[in-house]
Amino acid sequence: MTLSRTEPATGSGKPPVRPAASGGGSRAEERRSRRYRRDARWSPYAFIAPFFLFFAAFGLFPLLYTGWASLHNVSLHDPTHMEWAGLHNFSRLWEDEFFWNALRNTATIGVLSTVPQLAMALGLAHLLNYRLRGSMFFRVVMLTPYATSVAAATLVFALLFGRDYGMINWALGLAGFDHVDWENGTLTSQIAVSSIVIWRWTGYNTLIYLAAMQAVPDDLYESAALDGASRWQQFWHVTIPSLRPTILFTVVVSTIGATQLFGEPLLFGGSQTGGGSHQYQTLGLYLYEQGWFNFHLGRASAIAWTMFLILLVIGLANWLIARRLQRSSSQ
Amino acid sequence: MREVGTVQTDTRDQTPEPLTGPGAAQGAPAPGEGPSGGRGGRTATTKRAGTAGRHLHAGRLTYAVLSLFTLGSLFPLVWTAIAASRDNQRLAETPPPFWFGSNLIPNMTTAWNDANMGKALLNTFVVAGTVAVSTVVFATLAGYAFAKLRFRARNALLLTVIGTMMVPPQLSVVPLYMAVAKLEWANQLQAVILPLMVSAFGVFFMRQYLVNALPTELIEAARVDGAHSLRVVWHIVFPVARPAMAVLGMLTFVMAWNEFFWPVIALTQDNPTVQVALTGLGRGYIPDESVIMAGAFLGTLPLLIAFALFGKQIVGGIMQGAVKG
Repeated sequence: MTLSRTEPATGSGKPPVRPAASGGGSRAEERRSRRYRRDARWSPYAFIAPFFLFFAAFGLFPLLYTGWASLHNVSLHDPTHMEWAGLHNFSRLWEDEFFWNALRNTATIGVLSTVPQLAMALGLAHLLNYRLRGSMFFRVVMLTPYATSVAAATLVFALLFGRDYGMINWALGLAGFDHVDWENGTLTSQIAVSSIVIWRWTGYNTLIYLAAMQAVPDDLYESAALDGASRWQQFWHVTIPSLRPTILFTVVVSTIGATQLFGEPLLFGGSQTGGGSHQYQTLGLYLYEQGWFNFHLGRASAIAWTMFLILLVIGLANWLIARRLQRSSSQ
Repeated sequence: MREVGTVQTDTRDQTPEPLTGPGAAQGAPAPGEGPSGGRGGRTATTKRAGTAGRHLHAGRLTYAVLSLFTLGSLFPLVWTAIAASRDNQRLAETPPPFWFGSNLIPNMTTAWNDANMGKALLNTFVVAGTVAVSTVVFATLAGYAFAKLRFRARNALLLTVIGTMMVPPQLSVVPLYMAVAKLEWANQLQAVILPLMVSAFGVFFMRQYLVNALPTELIEAARVDGAHSLRVVWHIVFPVARPAMAVLGMLTFVMAWNEFFWPVIALTQDNPTVQVALTGLGRGYIPDESVIMAGAFLGTLPLLIAFALFGKQIVGGIMQGAVKG
């Protein structure tokens, strides 16, 4: 810290110069300056190298190798033995009703979990943006589900959604409704699985929206208020438009998360089939079943790559929408 | 509308203390609190703003709705503890229990011994701790380079870092499983730790923090004095980055603690992390619901304690990370 005080004037903006005080022109001096330049030139790369090395080893290489493995028959029992299969794993998926079932389930659960989650988060963030007592308390408490692991949360929700003794059916009974067999129904089980996702992530998204709302310039609200806009109108005409990039961002992140859903459907019924008739088996779970219960690592790789392609399509769609929004808002 | 606004302004004027209280408390120099820290400043301009949205006091309905969601957020956790303090028979009766029984300690002991929760907790501390430290160090180094150093292809490389966030973990499990089989690392913790050692989010998070927090003149002055770049990192970058490093460390610890997909594949019940042990419980390893709940409670408790202690900083960190460039 003292360094800033000794040499404040030379600093601003220019590339570092050799200190004049030590200038003797000796050979040692020259060697030092060469070492100094080499250090300045290569140290940035050294600093970013760990990230890229680890990503290459545990991200990029597996990504490509999964693609390679998806073109082979690979058994879980002998994973180093690969047998060329061409596109057979993919064509088999195309005709596989369980794959389509899993894709459908993933999409349904994705919508069921993302839409209410983000809508509630938006509303809650709006409320938290008021001048509020105990504001930090509310924020921390709403984030606690995020600290709860998928496994712990799913085990509790499986009990709460129990058919005979679950609390939710008990409450429905009090209100005069029949018991629902949550786990065995298609839609009901998907609602139950979605509710776990909603519970865990609503608070997190609320904080993201709240941060974005606090970044909205004050004068926008002030001029809206001068124009006589009510709270509700200010929310619709100032807050929401200002938050559009953030909303898009959370939609993408939640969609990516929903595509990868795995722990919730695995533990809700405790089986990799995702229910007796696969009624809530997601793509992630189907990958797991194919690879680690049917022992077809090649097929699992093909599913993984299909998921990746789906994500790329989502990313592309997001990019197009974002560009469209940008253009419409700049007009 | 106008009248309502006036009334609220009056209320504020009468009770200025408790209202500025939270704002002042947030003014602590933790990094994540930038967005909320501004509230203190805003309070001063409020009078002018009249009925402008965010300056309005929360009405009773607001408190009611927020309390309802607070209850909803906490209820499943509290009920985990309630169910863990009962026994299997009681959980198979209606109505479900709403208050604590006396079996919490016995159930936790059973989970600790029979479901391997003791070993699982220790393992998870090792995994999450190692991952948090390495992620923070590597992210700070890379974040510093991206924020303050000039080098070729800097922007392209930063975009690459952000792009890597798109790659889902499912795409790496098959090759990782093959590698683990070949190296005979199955059931060993390094199989779970190594793939998590760096994080793109972390690099981006530290970069965003250091861009503003670290004065360029400070680095240049040190360089002029002939300081080697590692000395600069150690004596200038790390001290300046420390608050953000703490927040990133906590966020990473939570994420690593809850890591699910790959550990479930790489580890077995003999040497589990908490999530693997809970998966064993969920798959009927022990068919006693109250013990299962005791395991879930045990596995969540450390993070709940961390939230009670550092919740404010974690909230600030998430909000800080949310403001994207």
